[in-house]
Amino acid sequence: MCLAIPGKVIEIYEQNGLKMGRLDYAGTVNTACLEYVPEVRLGQYALVHAGFAISVLDEEEARKTYAVWDELVQAAAQEGTDIFGMPFEKSPPG
Amino acid sequence: MSEFSLQCPLPITQHDTIQLGHGSGGKMMNDLIGKLFLWAFDNPYLNKLDDQAVVEINGVRLAISTDSFVVDPIFFPGGNIGELAVYGTVNDVCMSGGRPLFLAASVILEEGFPLADLRQVVESMAAAARRAGVLIVTGDTKVVNKGKGDKIFINTTGLGVLEHPWQISAGQIQPGDAVLLSGSLGDHGIAILSRREGLAFETPITSDTAPLHELVAAVLQAGGQAVHALRDPTRGGLAATLNEFAATARVGIRVREDRIPVKPAVAGACEILGLDPLYIANEGKLVAVVAAAKAEAVLHALQAHPLGREAALIGEVMAGSPGLVTMQTRLGAWRIVDLLVGEQLPRIC
Amino acid sequence: MKYLDEYRNPEIARHLVQEIRGLTTRPWVIMEVCGGQTHSIIKNGIDQILPKEIELVHGPGCPVCVTPLEQIDKALAIASRPEVIFTSFGDMLRVPGSRQDLFMVKSAGGDVRVVYSPLDAVKIARENPHKQVVFFAVGFETTAPNNAMAVWQAHREGLRNFSILVSHVLVPPAMRALLASPHNRVQGYLAAGHVCTVMGWEEYEPIAAQYRVPIVVTGFEPVDILEGVLLTVRQLERGEARVENQYARVVRREGNRPAQELIRKVFEIAPRKWRGIGEIPASGLRLRPEFRDYDAETIFALGELHVEEPAICISGLVLQGLKKPNECAAFGKQCTPQTPLGATMVSSEGACAAYFAYQRRRVE
Repeated sequence: MCLAIPGKVIEIYEQNGLKMGRLDYAGTVNTACLEYVPEVRLGQYALVHAGFAISVLDEEEARKTYAVWDELVQAAAQEGTDIFGMPFEKSPPG
Repeated sequence: MSEFSLQCPLPITQHDTIQLGHGSGGKMMNDLIGKLFLWAFDNPYLNKLDDQAVVEINGVRLAISTDSFVVDPIFFPGGNIGELAVYGTVNDVCMSGGRPLFLAASVILEEGFPLADLRQVVESMAAAARRAGVLIVTGDTKVVNKGKGDKIFINTTGLGVLEHPWQISAGQIQPGDAVLLSGSLGDHGIAILSRREGLAFETPITSDTAPLHELVAAVLQAGGQAVHALRDPTRGGLAATLNEFAATARVGIRVREDRIPVKPAVAGACEILGLDPLYIANEGKLVAVVAAAKAEAVLHALQAHPLGREAALIGEVMAGSPGLVTMQTRLGAWRIVDLLVGEQLPRIC
Repeated sequence: MKYLDEYRNPEIARHLVQEIRGLTTRPWVIMEVCGGQTHSIIKNGIDQILPKEIELVHGPGCPVCVTPLEQIDKALAIASRPEVIFTSFGDMLRVPGSRQDLFMVKSAGGDVRVVYSPLDAVKIARENPHKQVVFFAVGFETTAPNNAMAVWQAHREGLRNFSILVSHVLVPPAMRALLASPHNRVQGYLAAGHVCTVMGWEEYEPIAAQYRVPIVVTGFEPVDILEGVLLTVRQLERGEARVENQYARVVRREGNRPAQELIRKVFEIAPRKWRGIGEIPASGLRLRPEFRDYDAETIFALGELHVEEPAICISGLVLQGLKKPNECAAFGKQCTPQTPLGATMVSSEGACAAYFAYQRRRVE
């Protein structure tokens, strides 16, 4: 349910009295209604569901959690094993 | 909440009329082919279920294939229905390892179709035929009443000659073989979808429509008789091709998610619409199943050609679980890559 | 893609699994509420890498699956009319009513179109003034503001040929109903991240307190889901029952206020029947009386349909997390995505379809 993905706001405009925007998803660009994220600015990422932006991504929150995970991964990489005590799998199957 | 009513709707198992899903490359289409066409036309050539038939006449082996093109829109980023109609059939002939020589083309036109558009389509067909090294040697033209067709439908039939003694067919696939893919998935399908009414979006992705005769020649030169099967993953995508291989050869196939190339903009479009690139059509890619000993050599041959630069070894053929295609996810777990029932639908929920 | 790829990092995922393993001392049953989470779990194989003590059960969060048969029959009746252009999200086209689905209506000549945004349906109405354009407004709280905006916009533009067939459901009443059931097994919830994006999570605090269950607002990527499980298990092991927010980059406590405001302007809370579960009080939305002119049920005077669903499959139990799809005798045999016996097999997001697509053979 409720497929929603983050895209970067690259244009903001008005159409039929609604605040609209163009959002970039890794090179593919689609329009979305921005009425529910009046605060959004160019260059920010917004979460889009069924043609409507419903949230502006909080970069600070994303950075904070990511820093914690990154530390965990770095620590393990130094040990050279994964959680099962196995070397990190790098080779193809078979 | 009162006592739960554990009840379900009646299934819709039978269709009395043709549905769009019957042409989707999924299970509905397989059922239609199996239960109607194969049953009616039953012969050893057809029953191989390759995208072309190889027949022998006076010691000369010929590959023959036919395909109809009904794409909407007829002009799309990276091509149009004309070159698609040439390359599509040329590629099906190539996948037997044959060298395509001649095409027959039938055009069904809707009354009112602009002559300028037809001219553009026909010129594209001519240019495509030159590039693929084939001659369009016979044809037919029909016009139907306005509303009885959709602008233009093209059918092409191709004839090629096999200049090697090998059998290249899904039935030749053996456990232990390597599975190679010549490039990234989904470009054609996404380019088409980006121009569909109601879903239109902007994308730098253009159709990958291209003739694969040179790529096939390179594969054969590098792999020789180690090349067991070739197929271009068009409608139904890579998932359909792998499932057809697994079913015909009664083998299992497993691939790795992190080995399968997908362009970022294709991935982005798929995320927006809730689609899986494994099921999206390609028009300029091939899947090669090759004996493991020659896999490296064939991979290098693919990568040396401009149409195969992103080629990758994506998986292998297994003895167990016949008919089953599985994929190791990035997390290291396994999932089934099944055929879809019908068309892949944009998902919102 | 930024904000997606990071959350698919297998190394981080493995670390979270390790942490979960280290914390877990006994079996726990956790329900992911949202069908999108179910899809991600099965597609990525997250259930395969979790410690075996952790059982994930799949919630009722697939709007396609819980749309009652009567509403689908109404949609089919409306879509069959010659003056109608019937618009829908792609998901609904294959869901069977009593005798047909929307694809069959289309093949019989009905004008059925897939749209990406409800505003696309408004656009079609604007461009086809002599047609009645109807949008099938299904979904949870995430989709409600979009559908509300479509009605609001049609109203502002004075469009007289646009209406919606409403089948909106609300998640918290269903979560309560599941916990209140005497058969309940759920000990913790991964709450649906995108529903909470719109509604916030204040509503969940009384639920967590009353039923003593941890509720963790959770995203959809593998790392999100594993972190959601980690936070839930940590609470369970400590005997806590709070609402936590794993999906802080997207979800705020108060949710999206402008979206909530328009939902309230256009819709009001009403009882709704859930397919496979039954009627739950105050668990859905309907148009407010002042927007009656945009209600397809009023315009087409369909009245009440009474449809009996023959008892064959266990999708009701699956939707409540009481059974796994592969515990059904019909699963993968009489019941496949091609021949669905239940709504959970029809929608690609339904738990049964997800099982069938990704791990059918593991149960054979």
